[in-house]
Amino acid sequence: MLLAILTISLMAGLFGLILGYAAIRFKVEGNPVVDQIDALLPQTQCGQCTYAGCRPYAEAIANGEAPINQCPPGGQATIVALADLLDTEVLELNAEHGEHLDVPLVAVIDEQTCIGCTLCIQACPVDAILGAAKHMHTVIADECTGCKLCLPPCPVDCIDMIPARQTIDDWKWPAPPDQLELVQDA
Amino acid sequence: MLKLHHFHGGLRLDGHKAESLNRGLQQASLPERLFLPLRQHIGDPNKPVVKVGDRVLQGQTIAAASSLICAAVHAPTSGKISAIESHPIAHPSGQADTCIVIDVDGEDQALDPAINDPESLAPEALIEQICRAGIVGLGGAAFPTTPKLLRGKAQGIEILIINGAECEPYITCDDILMRHRAAEIVRGSGYLQQILSPQTTYIGIEDNKPEAIAAMRQALAQHPLPDTEIVSIPTIYPSGGEKQLVQILTGQEVPHGQLAFDIGLLCQNVGTCVAITQFLEQGRPLISRIVTITGDNISQPGNWEVRLGTPISHLIGLAGGYRDSASRHLVMGGSMMGFSLSGGEVPIVKASNCIMVMREETIPKSPGHHDECIRCGKCTEVCPAQLLPQQLYWHARAKAYDRTQEFHLFDCIECGCCSTVCPSRIPLVQYYRAAKSEIRAARKMQIKSDHARRRFEFREKRLLLKKQQDEERRRLKREALEKRKAQSGETTGSADPVQAALDRVKARKKAVQEDSQ
Repeated sequence: MLLAILTISLMAGLFGLILGYAAIRFKVEGNPVVDQIDALLPQTQCGQCTYAGCRPYAEAIANGEAPINQCPPGGQATIVALADLLDTEVLELNAEHGEHLDVPLVAVIDEQTCIGCTLCIQACPVDAILGAAKHMHTVIADECTGCKLCLPPCPVDCIDMIPARQTIDDWKWPAPPDQLELVQDA
Repeated sequence: MLKLHHFHGGLRLDGHKAESLNRGLQQASLPERLFLPLRQHIGDPNKPVVKVGDRVLQGQTIAAASSLICAAVHAPTSGKISAIESHPIAHPSGQADTCIVIDVDGEDQALDPAINDPESLAPEALIEQICRAGIVGLGGAAFPTTPKLLRGKAQGIEILIINGAECEPYITCDDILMRHRAAEIVRGSGYLQQILSPQTTYIGIEDNKPEAIAAMRQALAQHPLPDTEIVSIPTIYPSGGEKQLVQILTGQEVPHGQLAFDIGLLCQNVGTCVAITQFLEQGRPLISRIVTITGDNISQPGNWEVRLGTPISHLIGLAGGYRDSASRHLVMGGSMMGFSLSGGEVPIVKASNCIMVMREETIPKSPGHHDECIRCGKCTEVCPAQLLPQQLYWHARAKAYDRTQEFHLFDCIECGCCSTVCPSRIPLVQYYRAAKSEIRAARKMQIKSDHARRRFEFREKRLLLKKQQDEERRRLKREALEKRKAQSGETTGSADPVQAALDRVKARKKAVQEDSQ
């Protein structure tokens, strides 16, 4: 009896020590699910999901505070990927947050109108606008994520959103026509 | 005699080669204008180095390489640059891209070539020379030759393979080339040996080209190369695919995700060998190529040596025009892997081995309705890459792209054997191409979003750092002020700065009054 109690207590103590050591040694910083969700989001940092960027939205999804269908730039592909990761139901994109565009947008500054106030530079989440005070600004098109955050602060409304330039490299082979639709049309 | 191996599957196809072979090699006349796309190769686009209005000479560089995976473009003849503008190019999308337009002056005046004796050059110097010639793989893929040679040289090459198989129906440009330029091919192979010093060299030619094999054997006898063998291989499509030819000649398979030089092999097309010889011996960069014009809708099929940039309509004129101009369908490449062109204004580029002028009834422009898969498994039997085309088809059609990758979609060489044998006439390759495009686009988006995340996080970090630095500076200022205050308090004994200032003013006034008195 005593031996059994001693043995069990000793084992409990030993495993406790191992677990305690493992908790310190293999401690995971932050929430790994947040990183995985963040990796699937398009990183436009546009805030259309009502959160202050992609990472806060990822945190909200991980905490169960936000549904997965609030990201218009990602569109249906992102929703499917998130549903796959989190093993939840695939939802339709919530139209309240905006529309998904097939061709991404980029900002262009009308350099004739720009007064060089630097407000858009401060608003850009990815440092894609180049310029200095009282010098006209310009957008580095390759870095622009099309978030539109530079539009509201501009005092002279000189920024436009245009579809990103599509080169021949962006062209995709079309899939053969949907066979079911062909049959139904006939 | 080399023991030949087999690759899995493949097809014996109707060659349709005789039509274009009975007129020999003809020289195409110069058109009025040449359209030279900035990019005629796989890789990054070139940068134009001429301005509108410049006069250029034959062989002059007009667009220079912007990176290592690049091949410069040279003026095919003398003339004036009349525009640098968008023009339809040979691309499956039918889209336009930037082209340099040359108004041909007809003098065909060439730049003075600077030629060094190629046989005395070291391998590195030879590669450097070839780099300036704008040479790309002329078998159809148009991968720049210089990076291929550099990588091959770095990895070490045991077997050099010269590809003269030309397995695809309708195409005969390599056959004609081997008949007429066998000596140049052999000398070009010699220069490749000089660069790569392989142990063995095989020149693989399909046995449906006996004249070409005879011409090549004769040329090799006149200009013997060490450890070189001309191998006649059975005519089975797609024996001219790089991986298939490697398997036939060496029995080795190129592993998944690797390229031939990873296992010590390097393949070059016969046309590429000629381009190398012409540049090293005559200083003539890649400004022309041999193009097969054939098909059931052209009056006089044949092979022409054509300056790059020549519009296809000019060549169709040389070949006697359309038989039935109401039903036109132009295809670049052969009947298995070719793609439809938007029209006759498209120029010949480095990759244009064959232009098929077809009736639309023979090859439809786009697929329509097909029957459902009956799971007969014929596609699996013929697939030279040993894939499961049926499974790939299900997943590609369902847009389950990660599943297609599990079935090794990217090992598909798009040879079209599966589509050809399919009794339901399913355009399988088009499903695969669409799936590959989608996966590539998704990868590109992922790279872009990762990049945006890094920039966003960097900015957050920078703003935080700036805030901390500002706070630190304010703290230091505050501390310095307090310190000074403490010091001044010690000397004057008064803590009130206003009172101290008033005292100072009073003292000065008093001093002024005393002075005036």
